[in-house]
Amino acid sequence: MADTGIGASVRRKEDFRFLTGRGTYTDDINRPNQAHAYFLRSPHAHAKIKSIDVAAAKKAPGVVSILTGADIVADKVGSLICGWVVKDKQGNPHKAPAHPPLAKDTVRYVGDHVAVVIAETLPQARDAAELIKVDYQVLPAVVDPARALDPGAAQVHAEAPKNLCYDWEIGDKAATEAAFKSAHHVTKLDLINNRLIPNAMEPRAAIGEYDPAYESYTCYSTSQNPHVLRLILCAFVLGVPEHKMRVVAPDVGGGFGSKIYCYAEETVCTWAARKVGRPVKWTAERGESFLSDAHGRDHVTHAELAMDKDGKFLGLKVDTIANMGSYLSTFATCVPTYLYATLLAGQYTTPAIYCEVKAVFTTTAPVDAYRGAGRPEAAYLIERLVETAARELKIDPAELRRRNFIKPHQFPYQTPVALQYDSGNYERTLDEALKLIDYKGFPARKAESAKRGKLRGIGLSAYVEACGIAPSAVVGSLGAGVGLWESGHIRFDPTGSVRIFTGSHSHGQGHETTNAQIVSDLLGVPIDKIEVVHGDTDRVPFGMGTYGSRSAAVGGSAIFKAADKIIAKGKKIAAHLLEAAEQDIEHAHGVFKVKGTDKQKTIGEIAFAAYVPHNYPAGLEPGLDETAFYDPANFTYPAGVHIGEVEIDRDTGVVTVVNWAAVDDFGTVINPMVVEGQVHGGIAQGIGQALLENAVYDKETGQLLTGSFMDYCMPRADDLPSFKIGMTHTPCPHNPLGVKGCGEAGAIAAPPALMNAVTDALGVRHMEMPASPARVWQVLQKTAKAAE
Amino acid sequence: MPTVSMTVNGKAVSAEVEARTLLVQFLRDKLSLTGTHVGCDTSQCGACVVHVDGKSVKSCTMLAAQAEGAKVATIEGLANGTEMHPMQAAFKEHHGLQCGFCTPGMVMSALDLVKHNPSPSEHDVREWLEGNICRCTGYHNIVKAITAGAAAMRR
Repeated sequence: MADTGIGASVRRKEDFRFLTGRGTYTDDINRPNQAHAYFLRSPHAHAKIKSIDVAAAKKAPGVVSILTGADIVADKVGSLICGWVVKDKQGNPHKAPAHPPLAKDTVRYVGDHVAVVIAETLPQARDAAELIKVDYQVLPAVVDPARALDPGAAQVHAEAPKNLCYDWEIGDKAATEAAFKSAHHVTKLDLINNRLIPNAMEPRAAIGEYDPAYESYTCYSTSQNPHVLRLILCAFVLGVPEHKMRVVAPDVGGGFGSKIYCYAEETVCTWAARKVGRPVKWTAERGESFLSDAHGRDHVTHAELAMDKDGKFLGLKVDTIANMGSYLSTFATCVPTYLYATLLAGQYTTPAIYCEVKAVFTTTAPVDAYRGAGRPEAAYLIERLVETAARELKIDPAELRRRNFIKPHQFPYQTPVALQYDSGNYERTLDEALKLIDYKGFPARKAESAKRGKLRGIGLSAYVEACGIAPSAVVGSLGAGVGLWESGHIRFDPTGSVRIFTGSHSHGQGHETTNAQIVSDLLGVPIDKIEVVHGDTDRVPFGMGTYGSRSAAVGGSAIFKAADKIIAKGKKIAAHLLEAAEQDIEHAHGVFKVKGTDKQKTIGEIAFAAYVPHNYPAGLEPGLDETAFYDPANFTYPAGVHIGEVEIDRDTGVVTVVNWAAVDDFGTVINPMVVEGQVHGGIAQGIGQALLENAVYDKETGQLLTGSFMDYCMPRADDLPSFKIGMTHTPCPHNPLGVKGCGEAGAIAAPPALMNAVTDALGVRHMEMPASPARVWQVLQKTAKAAE
Repeated sequence: MPTVSMTVNGKAVSAEVEARTLLVQFLRDKLSLTGTHVGCDTSQCGACVVHVDGKSVKSCTMLAAQAEGAKVATIEGLANGTEMHPMQAAFKEHHGLQCGFCTPGMVMSALDLVKHNPSPSEHDVREWLEGNICRCTGYHNIVKAITAGAAAMRR
């Protein structure tokens, strides 16, 4: 099975349709008699809506209907929800102000939804929207999370005094204070984790449809988790039974978190389809993506690390303010808490950790999980702090990390912030990464750069993440409104071909290939006879979707379990056909054999017998079709070391990434080619955050100043180097595949490695991301002046 | 409404369009050639790149009417049945695509590069792709695919 099984770099099954222009993305779908929706959005960050006059717009050519917040109220359409309840220090649930799909009387960010115009064509809808007269009473804006709690700051919601969503804590405060009292040295840092805009290349889109004959809805959506979208739309927002709603998420052009959530637009299109009696289609313009896709990161943090005289970490204290934006997006509350502070031990044996997080409302777009979600913020904080400590203590940064690593024999390792790491070998990944980048050769390279007038720096980052999200009971106890298991369904056809139905969703990750590899390996089916089905609630039993690097660890494990059931049934059928006892049948890769003989049946013969059961075990159900649900026992803990090397031009401040080594431990790897591709993409987004990207709102007006690809600097091909990729493999001990997840690693590892390299090159203690030429140039001027 | 006529992937086509119709809308909405994508509204991302009279063009930047009489080539016209063009095959071989949304524009842009520069270096490829944004791959494998595709086309 080596060529198509687990561990093989199988070329992707899905590529032919994408490469020949035959993918089917939501905007490629057109439904008979469909009308087009255009959303009128708030031009103000914060305003009362005094009146909306749609009379002239309604008369415009082609207009079918115009709907506003008043219609939402009249139809009792529910609020968009946040599905994770975080309890504050006193045990009270977070503040959860209403989030109407169309604003009722107040708009709270530029891009907030004021009205939807539905017309025969999109240009007609857009033209008509210009005729809507909205009388706004403009209110003050607040965009900076660090200012949101100030007395006198604009109040975003009456239900959340002082803009506080929650004030939360984790860890042992007294033990941490005691650790600091006994410390030989304390390293302190103030850091900002800059706000990002996800920018999947396919803009969000939706088509709502209603069939009165069956009283049922269909919602085509660019969703990462169609079943959860259906659950939210039905049970919380539209009040429709789940069996009367089908959600289809066809080919989806990237997500990175931004397509997990239930947004206003798909809600409105689905609701409106019934009202107007026609399918209603909406596709975001890129400008709308910038304004209204959930943004990421946006933390302001003070952190302190206490050490003994040998640099051994004694305690970590963290105080973070996290921006929630104007409304709570679907999973917003868990990102700066359970996906962030629980990772603050990093790869280290720090015995005492205490973290406080204040989540605040501002008049900006909602903030939610973006590639890494909380874990990049944790890794950035820890790894900037550790690097700074190494410089202060004059210990080699690799050596300081090594002294504090959790050692292989210490696993399973209970951290002081709730998680129990299952496995890892941190020193090995460090050694491999140092070798890959030629760490010892750095001084010579630095000298060579200096000869050319360039400043060269090197920076490490050793991260750990919690993936394979997640054990249902654990996340339930922490406030999740859903279980985070996954389903897998394997259906044989009588002639031996196979369909796999998975509740995870592929939007670039290659699941149509990797899931097929699992079944090809386990059941010996040629990979071209396997098709993977995902993204349709009417075809897949149920699913929790794709995020948190969970598709292989949780979804793949469900498929593994379904394959186990196929094998168990196959053994019964084989025993009957081979006239042997069931316990004498051995199975490997689709061949069922009587132990110690050459009597055997292949999986194809078993499938045929199961569907044409003329000679068949008495009492056994016909058919070869099994479903399994898998609820993980723990998170998985991928970890790795990335090392970046930069050159800085003194005259222009331009930072060039000249060398990058990444060594990651993802446990068992199903398809190395796909996994490396995920790492490349993650690194690019991480370098993007550290060097180029920054979402900026005007502090006075709350206008988004970085609202297009001309203002928001996306990483382009000439901003990046080729990467050196290595891997170590410590299998996950608690899932059947041994996989850990790889989708987010690069985005977590890269920002601290890059900023450690930049500050090393510049010889400064700290600078904020992104290290844009203008900022670097300013730092260079300052250091030059100080040297005079 | 004016009628526009052009040749698309070797086939003569003609349709009535509003004057403001962009070439990309004409291809997608009138001809159902949905392989050409729209990823932005400022002509930055390159998901919509097609060839007009042999040159790569962002089809969101030109009116359908401006392509009157032109020969237009889109991603759908590259493969010969199930046999992919060497550049398409190189993208598959080197995992130069993930979600596939930017891919048609990348491939069409790469072909124009190879036309100008049959043996592009990594540096040449990276410079050329300045007008094509990919969010998935970090460009690493796109660059590998294009240099390999160019080599295959020289054979």
